[in-house]
Amino acid sequence: MIDLRLPIGIFFILVGVILMIFGLVSPTNIPNIDVHINIDLYWGIVLLLFGIPMTFFGLRAERKIKKKAST
Amino acid sequence: MDHLLSFGHLAAPLALIQSAAVKKGPMLVMHPIDIAVLVVYLLFVVGIGIVTGRGQKTSEDFFLSGRSIPSWITGLAFISANLGALEVMGMSQQGYEYGMMTANFYWVGAIPAMVFMGVAMMPFFYGSKVRSVPEFLKKRYNEGTRFINAITFAVFTPAISGISMYALALVLQDFLGWHFTPSVIVSALVVLVYTFLGGLTASIYNEVLQFFLIVFGIAPMTIIALIANHGWSHFKQWLHTHQLPYLVPQAVAAGSKIAAATTHAVATTHAAATRTVSSMVHTGSAAAVAVKAKATAAVVQLPATQWLHTWKHTISGNNPMHITWPGVVLGLGFVLSFSYWCTNFLVVQRALAAKDMNAAQNTPLLATFPKMLFPFIVILPGVLAIPLIPHLYPGNAMVGGHHVSPTQTFNNVMPLMMAKYYPAGLLGLGLTALMASFMSGMAGNVTAFNTVFTYDLYAVFIRPNAPDRHYLNVGRVMTFVGIIVSVLFAYVVRGESGIMGYTQTIFGVVNAPLIAVFLLGMFTTFTTPIGGFVGLLVGTGTSVSLWILRLHKGFPLYHHYNNNTTAAFWSALWAFCAGAAATIIASLLSNKKASDQLVGLVYQLTPKPDSTNVPFWRRPIVLGVLALVGALILNLLFW
Repeated sequence: MIDLRLPIGIFFILVGVILMIFGLVSPTNIPNIDVHINIDLYWGIVLLLFGIPMTFFGLRAERKIKKKAST
Repeated sequence: MDHLLSFGHLAAPLALIQSAAVKKGPMLVMHPIDIAVLVVYLLFVVGIGIVTGRGQKTSEDFFLSGRSIPSWITGLAFISANLGALEVMGMSQQGYEYGMMTANFYWVGAIPAMVFMGVAMMPFFYGSKVRSVPEFLKKRYNEGTRFINAITFAVFTPAISGISMYALALVLQDFLGWHFTPSVIVSALVVLVYTFLGGLTASIYNEVLQFFLIVFGIAPMTIIALIANHGWSHFKQWLHTHQLPYLVPQAVAAGSKIAAATTHAVATTHAAATRTVSSMVHTGSAAAVAVKAKATAAVVQLPATQWLHTWKHTISGNNPMHITWPGVVLGLGFVLSFSYWCTNFLVVQRALAAKDMNAAQNTPLLATFPKMLFPFIVILPGVLAIPLIPHLYPGNAMVGGHHVSPTQTFNNVMPLMMAKYYPAGLLGLGLTALMASFMSGMAGNVTAFNTVFTYDLYAVFIRPNAPDRHYLNVGRVMTFVGIIVSVLFAYVVRGESGIMGYTQTIFGVVNAPLIAVFLLGMFTTFTTPIGGFVGLLVGTGTSVSLWILRLHKGFPLYHHYNNNTTAAFWSALWAFCAGAAATIIASLLSNKKASDQLVGLVYQLTPKPDSTNVPFWRRPIVLGVLALVGALILNLLFW
């Protein structure tokens, strides 16, 4: 069975990239408050920082399973 | 509509649903970037269903994931299955209405029971190799006890799923202007596809994805709400200078008890003849807007700082929830909590899918750590919303002779906060998280329902001894049936007010009597099959009777409690006591099973699992103690 970290990691990388690009292309502040924060950009980075290690560990586990199966 | 059309084929199906929104001018309009996030999510959940569906050959693969899943996955699924739309929206609503007292649902009403489940009860569930909670009751007691539990679970589980579906469709309708029916059908179809294909594995895998999505979609709200309040200390300062209203039943308000206790109360207004009370508006200035509330009640103003405490004001009962500490400790902390977390098959099933005994025991224990932090994501935004969105009302309130707009009710604190503070992009993530919370709850209910129906009703009373393949097919058909019934329930409760409280009542009716029978069965040898059967029957009868007695005007318990939450706590306690007394009395009058038949089912007669060969940090007792210490610290911090 597929290592669950892989789809979760890829999902958050995708969504993180979507938010980051949107935050860069059309910077939007948080509405209705007087502090200027490009929340889409920053939260996209947070999602990416979560997604990358999840994908890495998922891929590593998948490789291990394949290696075990071949031996 | 331009932005939707320009987004091409991805936007087309949603644009159809959203067309009504644009015409009516909804509170929220999804930007193409929001739709992109939603579409990516939908593709992933269906994809996970397809991938996990491969290689499912036996009924155990479908219903119990072949008992092969690591504990970190089952642990997150354990709490995610409980994270329905009602949890996310309901907890923020209760945070707004009752304040941090709502965290008692986690720090008192979940953590101790989850620890007990992992350390003391899981060895019996997993060790006895049962496939469901009703099957355990059959082994310990008899077929009749299994039947009562299976039938009540099979009836009420799709009901809860339907209520959850209704709540979500209502949000989509009120905020996005989406039509109710397409919203229900599209959501149900997505859940159907992945649970039908991948069974419990797909449900568990998606629950973990949904768990992270809910965290990352809702957590920014706490941060933003803190920024909007100019920080925690500024928020506390605001609370120190304001007072907030709460509803007290007239019978209590008229008595000396509340008068003596309410030393800080500044205003008590009630007009029983017209069943009208002054507003529940959180303005702090007690605006005299006429609001028709459900109860014949009075509104008392309390210092707003009370909304920050979990325990401090439970001695007098003079608190936003109007409950005293015995109700919290015994009703919630013991009966409701232990019955839900230790006997509800929806959550127990996740642990049964674990790959070994240690993983099964650690499933609820690992789940305690994220669970104890969840109040900061789902409750705190509701509390922080008090100064930010001041004019909210109970669901059935009337202002100036008109029903308040559905979007201006306590129930909708979370979507209202999103509408106010989430920009495009983050809004897509937040709305997708709300949908994910609904889907994880619904899939959890449906997979538990199809297992109990197939193993405990169909395979016992309709067609025993059929080939395994037959039960696998029945399970798939029941997945479909479970979703259809949930959709029907969503229509049944459509238009009903106060549906949030119904779920707590349902848990009380189904689970509260069960824990008495379970504890006596697992930890004593004298309880007999007849005792278990009679105990469950009497306990369930008591909780149903109490429910009926407070349903209608003129009934003895009508308006005895000022809200469903408090009523559920006390009803659960009485049902537990009745069930326990009946079990003991009937056991003393009937024959017990031979000791050798109880090995693996009763604590004293069962060899204890040996955890000395697992690393120190993975031992259930170590994780359990850490969880309890964490919960204690949080209770003290918000005393």
